[in-house]
Amino acid sequence: MMAKVLQKTYLILIMLFLYAPIAILIVLSFNASRSRVVWGGFTLEWYTSLVNNSTIMNALWTTFGLALLSAFISSVIGLFGAIGIYSMKKRDYKIMLFWTNIPMINADIVTGIALLLWFVRFLPLGFSSVLLAHVTFNLPYVILCILPKLRDMDIYQYEAALDLGAGEAYAFMRILMPQILPGVLSGFLMAVTMSMDDFVITYFTKGAGVNTLSTLIYGEIRKGIKPEMYALSTVLFFIVLVLLILVNLPYDRLHLNLSSKKSDRETT
Amino acid sequence: MNRSKSRLLSIPYIIWVIGFTIIPIIFILSKAITDSDGALTLANLLAIFDPIHRKALIMSLSLAFISTVLCILLAFPVAIILRGSHIRKKSIILFILILPMWMNFILRILAMQMLISNNGIINNLLTGLGLAPMKLINTPGAIVLGMVYDYLPYMLLPVLNSVLSIPEDVIEAAKDLGSDKLHVLTRIIIPLSLGGVGSGITMVFVPSMTEFVIANILGGGKIQLLGNIIEQEFTVSMNWNLGSGLSVALMIFVLITSFLFGRNREEASTGIL
Repeated sequence: MMAKVLQKTYLILIMLFLYAPIAILIVLSFNASRSRVVWGGFTLEWYTSLVNNSTIMNALWTTFGLALLSAFISSVIGLFGAIGIYSMKKRDYKIMLFWTNIPMINADIVTGIALLLWFVRFLPLGFSSVLLAHVTFNLPYVILCILPKLRDMDIYQYEAALDLGAGEAYAFMRILMPQILPGVLSGFLMAVTMSMDDFVITYFTKGAGVNTLSTLIYGEIRKGIKPEMYALSTVLFFIVLVLLILVNLPYDRLHLNLSSKKSDRETT
Repeated sequence: MNRSKSRLLSIPYIIWVIGFTIIPIIFILSKAITDSDGALTLANLLAIFDPIHRKALIMSLSLAFISTVLCILLAFPVAIILRGSHIRKKSIILFILILPMWMNFILRILAMQMLISNNGIINNLLTGLGLAPMKLINTPGAIVLGMVYDYLPYMLLPVLNSVLSIPEDVIEAAKDLGSDKLHVLTRIIIPLSLGGVGSGITMVFVPSMTEFVIANILGGGKIQLLGNIIEQEFTVSMNWNLGSGLSVALMIFVLITSFLFGRNREEASTGIL
């Protein structure tokens, strides 16, 4: 019994640690006072003025646009890249995997600086340079989400379809794609997440004109963060919460079925 | 499938790798080994051993090391506790632990700053209770706190994955053969979860080693990490050669840790979605 209480207390403390700063941000988004330490009463003012704040809204659309566009481009290039890598000989396969891993292993600051040094040679820094950078760091995640699916799929079905007279494009769409689609989708979602989450690489490759939410916030630290930003982050937090609950529900049930036997044994 | 034909499908990707992974690395290497006039030099690389840079390197290494160890120590009990709990509860708690990662990390670090600043929430609570306020912000400890706070989920995920995937049969076999709880922990659970800890280490150590945002916000610019110095070479001092040299030196440290622990970040992050 004592052990159970200790375990619960420990989990609650960890959650408190992870959620205290988030709770502060949510509380501040309803704070009528602009001060960060004084509570000036409840208000929804920041939520209404948020929509009219063009700087924040521009950064929001840049962030979303960048995330979706870079995830889409990296999913297409990554899908074909993964199929190509899958059919390579062992040596080439290993070389390609090595280079695929590099942007992921490397520190963001080094990737950001290396891209900056290269971009300034041929490209004005702006949305396009950030987009190229985001596709670059998204690609490894896409490839590494798709490759395992290719390894697990049944290649003979595809070959049988060809033997039975299917064209290559037809067999690709009807046999290959359905088998690797979950990998492509999780690669896409991973890419969206990575792109929205990035600060360092965007910071080095963006130039003066563009801002994502992260770089905008970073630039505002000295002047003081606008309360609208707290309102926006609260809204985004709850959107993500709802989305994740929707995405995770079916997965949970699946998981539950698979491992219920094991957990029965654990609880008895 | 016609293998040689389907290999052609990867041409756009190969071009991308050459254009945006290999060429940029060549550029940063060549900037690192030349001076502003383009003459060959090793000065930028060796600059890492200058007293100021060496101090920052040691500070970066030790803060990253402490943060990583703290993350392991905090994450492991969570995994052990969750292993014993019911499956439904397991997935809910896992979800709650990962959710904070989706709130913008700079905002979360700023909120941490509000908590621990000199007239912040914690010190207000302390003085309200009649206690002396503590100096929390602008110390190395504050940076460690920020790093642990920001990167803990990245350690939790792989450690949880590996601890939860140890088959119950193995543990029962050990118990049948006479192991007590401590023995099961030290001889079964810990050895079998080392893989997850390894990927957790790269997921936490590499970003905290190269960090500059947390150090700027919670260190108040008083504590220089290597990341801060590199950032300033690019944005303030405009000495790109020196900045590149220090980056390459940093990259060498990063590669050493990656090879030591032999994991990539992908393995640990696939559990997120």
